Amino acid sequence: MKKKIVVIGNGMAGARIVQEILSRDSDLFEFVMFGAEPYGNYNRILLSNVLNQTQEASDIFINPLSWFEENKIKLYAGCKVVKIDTERKVVLAHSLPPNASAYAVHDEQLFTGEPFEESYDHVIIATGSRPFVPPMEGFDGEGTFLFRTIDDCHRIAEYAKSCRRAVVIGGGLLGLEAARGLMTHNVEVTVIEAAGQLMPAQLDIASGQMLMRNMETLGITVLTDHKTAQIHREGGKVHSLVFTDGATIPTDMVIVSAGIRPITEVAHHSGLTVNKGILCNDQMRTSDPSIYALGECVEHRGKLYGLVEPIWQQAFVLADVLTGFKPNAVYEGSKTGTKLKVMGVDLMSLGEKEPGLPGDEVIVYREPNKGVYKKLIVRDNKLYGAILLGDADAANVLLQMFFNDQQVPENRSDLLFGEIKRSAFIQAVDLPDHAQICKCNGVNKKTIVDAIDGGAQTVAAVGGKTKAGKGCGSCRNLIAQIIEAKLGKVSYDPSEHYYVPGIPLEKSQLVAMIRAKSLKSVSAVFTELTEGKEDPDSKPGLASLLKILWPKEYEDERDARFINDRVHANIQKDGTFSVIPRIYGGVTSAKELLRIARAAVKYSVKMVKLTGGQRIDLLGVKKNDLPKAWKDLGMTSGHAYSKSFRTCKSCVGTDFCRYGIGDSIALAQKIERRFQGIESPHKLKLATAGCPRNCSEAYVKDIGAVAIEGDQWEIYVGGAAGGNVRKGDLLCTVNTHEEVLRYTGRFMEYYREHAKYTERSYGFVERIKIDVLHGILVKDSLGICAQLDERIQKAVDSYKDPWLEGEVPAYPAQFEGPQLAQVLKETENNS
Amino acid sequence: METICFDLGSVEQIPLGQGHWFLIGGQDVAVFRGRNGRLFAIEDRCPHRAGSLADGIMGEGKIVCPLHGHKFDLTTGQGSEDCECVKTFPVEEKDGKIVLSYPFPTTEAEKNVGATDFQR
Ligand SMILES: Cc1cc2nc3c(=O)[nH]c(=O)nc-3n(C[C@H](O)[C@H](O)[C@H](O)COP(=O)(O)OP(=O)(O)OC[C@H]3O[C@@H](n4cnc5c(N)ncnc54)[C@H](O)[C@@H]3O)c2cc1C
Ligand code: SF4
Ligand code: FES
Repeated sequence: MKKKIVVIGNGMAGARIVQEILSRDSDLFEFVMFGAEPYGNYNRILLSNVLNQTQEASDIFINPLSWFEENKIKLYAGCKVVKIDTERKVVLAHSLPPNASAYAVHDEQLFTGEPFEESYDHVIIATGSRPFVPPMEGFDGEGTFLFRTIDDCHRIAEYAKSCRRAVVIGGGLLGLEAARGLMTHNVEVTVIEAAGQLMPAQLDIASGQMLMRNMETLGITVLTDHKTAQIHREGGKVHSLVFTDGATIPTDMVIVSAGIRPITEVAHHSGLTVNKGILCNDQMRTSDPSIYALGECVEHRGKLYGLVEPIWQQAFVLADVLTGFKPNAVYEGSKTGTKLKVMGVDLMSLGEKEPGLPGDEVIVYREPNKGVYKKLIVRDNKLYGAILLGDADAANVLLQMFFNDQQVPENRSDLLFGEIKRSAFIQAVDLPDHAQICKCNGVNKKTIVDAIDGGAQTVAAVGGKTKAGKGCGSCRNLIAQIIEAKLGKVSYDPSEHYYVPGIPLEKSQLVAMIRAKSLKSVSAVFTELTEGKEDPDSKPGLASLLKILWPKEYEDERDARFINDRVHANIQKDGTFSVIPRIYGGVTSAKELLRIARAAVKYSVKMVKLTGGQRIDLLGVKKNDLPKAWKDLGMTSGHAYSKSFRTCKSCVGTDFCRYGIGDSIALAQKIERRFQGIESPHKLKLATAGCPRNCSEAYVKDIGAVAIEGDQWEIYVGGAAGGNVRKGDLLCTVNTHEEVLRYTGRFMEYYREHAKYTERSYGFVERIKIDVLHGILVKDSLGICAQLDERIQKAVDSYKDPWLEGEVPAYPAQFEGPQLAQVLKETENNS
Repeated sequence: METICFDLGSVEQIPLGQGHWFLIGGQDVAVFRGRNGRLFAIEDRCPHRAGSLADGIMGEGKIVCPLHGHKFDLTTGQGSEDCECVKTFPVEEKDGKIVLSYPFPTTEAEKNVGATDFQR
């Protein structure tokens, strides 16, 4: 008969140990799991993403309920174990009433009736920990929250809807994540920290204080050196916080995130030895030989852990021990290092924050104006501690070195700056098989290599097979490195990086060639660079690039254009075209509408449709009717067919909306008039919003301008709401419409010059990174802003409404339909 | 099979590197003029979803359908997808005019070969 394992706790550790055992031998044990939370198991560290609304709760599940069925695991979800009867070898449990907190200390009265029982051969305790609430008056009930479970997230998000202000008590890792998450719910957030700096557990004073300024630029108020005495209520609702010194601040809700405490009651009631946590030996065994424990509830060699990395290592050892794979496997404790996932702040800390021995080397780099702080502590030529703030490019490398106990390079400064990503000494290939690549999902190098051997060729495919890279995403570079290294030997395809498929050059090389040789037409490019071979797939990309490089001198060869750009309309599947006139800022008039209606009737348009870009689409116009239709419309081209600036949507803004704080309509119209027809590597869709309610969806546009209090505009770039959905990154905040136009043009020009053909702005912004773009386009770190402004101005100046070609075609047959052929002569031919 | 020659007018009406759509005895034909002046003629109907190949982009002796990018060899008619190909017709330039020979089926059997409806 199979031995039976009962797992108490269906969290990160509980799920992990079952997976580890199954992966060694899926037939050895029968499993029963108890989880106080009424779900399958989910990835707790992604709760921050759920709270900040970048992921749905449904996206963070590790194993759905069907996984439990497939592996014949009996799951008691929403059930709490109260005791292990070690004499009779049974576990006693109760169902939790709905809405009961999963981790509260429950008194016996909560449970009615007799507990139910499960017998066992082995028990694994993985009860995790609960948030710690420092002594204060008034914490409990409506308006006060902790942050540990999916249910907590939902409750916080729901309650925030009715609040203007929120306070987070606790300025550690989780507190900051909670604070940033709350920001996305449109509340003003204050973080209260009892110590003199943020994240006292991981950061030294200098970086802790710098982080405080970074958080403040994100709009979060931080109060350090403040201890809360009381949550004051009025009319039952949370009203304000009172500090120990008597000062108060107003607030509508309070979230406490001030540390965690291991959940040890079950162990305690069952007679196991408990100190701060449940005491375990190096095989994860408790004081009872049939009972094991792992995760945050454990105390091992005097240490408790609050991160997932150590859990993966404990689970690895325990699975080896239980399955007999390596009965004497030993867990020796873990090193800890972490990257903070708070959006907008790059931060990493590992090991110790201060030197411990006189011989320890300390290397510090700081740039206070940019909020950058980097510190390394080296002992015996190995990393002993490190802090990166404001620029965490080197984080992956440092973490890998630290966890794998590698020697640091001779030149310490190499370690602090980004270029080492590519340098030879930290190649993913050199990492041992067990090196943890994806920390969020605990995927080691071997698993990733196996996935690649099994056919995965992209980071996404590896993620599909192993879940690697699907958490915070910071390991994707490493995964790419491993793929590159593995497949490099087999099949590496450099053509991926070519600007167009037919010319083996990357964009920058191609641009340099074109400039050097002064190539101004597509055929000239072919003659010079491909010995005249005219790859048809390369033509439109080259045409677009040349037009950008030589706005006025470009020799326009129409055969290089896609049909849409030859006839300035969008081809439909039946060979007819769609006509979309420009409607500046989405504002039209009755007269225009009449003309549109008449044209629609006259040219038997098959459908008249309002587009997402606040315009009107006439679908089903024949090619030879296009010039006439344009003339009757008396409007300019909306460029809805080309890779270029498309439209700028707007909301009603200040003129009519009661929330409006900026004139979004006038701005949108100015933007459209200035940038109409500007070619780009892919389409550019813009929007302006009169306030952060964002009715025109400006946050998810290629470029979006959002009015904020204080007569200012925020400019977001790289948003997307197509097949990919992404909120744009804040490029800068400015005061006037004119400045919005300036930065919009600058970004456009930079995108035009540097993006790959058909690379949308979201991919471009992710590739170049917003802080780099901010440096180049706002701080002028490369000194090219004046040139960018000048070049976009040239492009703007060279704009001509393409629909004018309706009157004077560029070549005779441009808009002609089929031509009837004349019989020349007849010949009999028997074949 | 009866072959009839048609005068399609001046070569100048087709810009270098482009195609044009002709109606020949009720059939759609696309004629292309390469950048070097060479002429090609093929059936103007993509076997995939009936796109007009005359509107495509040409190069290296191939035409790319404007709808979904399938490619066809202008000399042989062979498509980039194994099972797709288009008819090709002899075409030449005579005294600045485009002259195309179009074979019309005469027997019943010929009429049924590769019969397609030429509706668009
Ligand atoms: C918002 C948030 C963000 C985090 N971010 C990171 C991060 O970026 N990186 C990182 O390394 N770590 C992070 N952590 C910490 C990490 O989530 C924990 O270290 C990890 O979840 C601990 O795993 P565990 O299995 O020990 O405990 P848990 O995941 O808490 O699982 C324990 C489970 O047992 C259940 N349980 C408890 N008692 C009983 C009982 N008597 N009967 C039945 N079930 C019971 C609990 O309800 C719980 O579901 C984060 C934590 C939070 C809350
Ligand atoms: S975004 Fe703001 S200003 Fe514009 S319509 Fe919506 S609420 Fe009004
Ligand atoms: S119709 Fe020609 S490729 Fe689809």
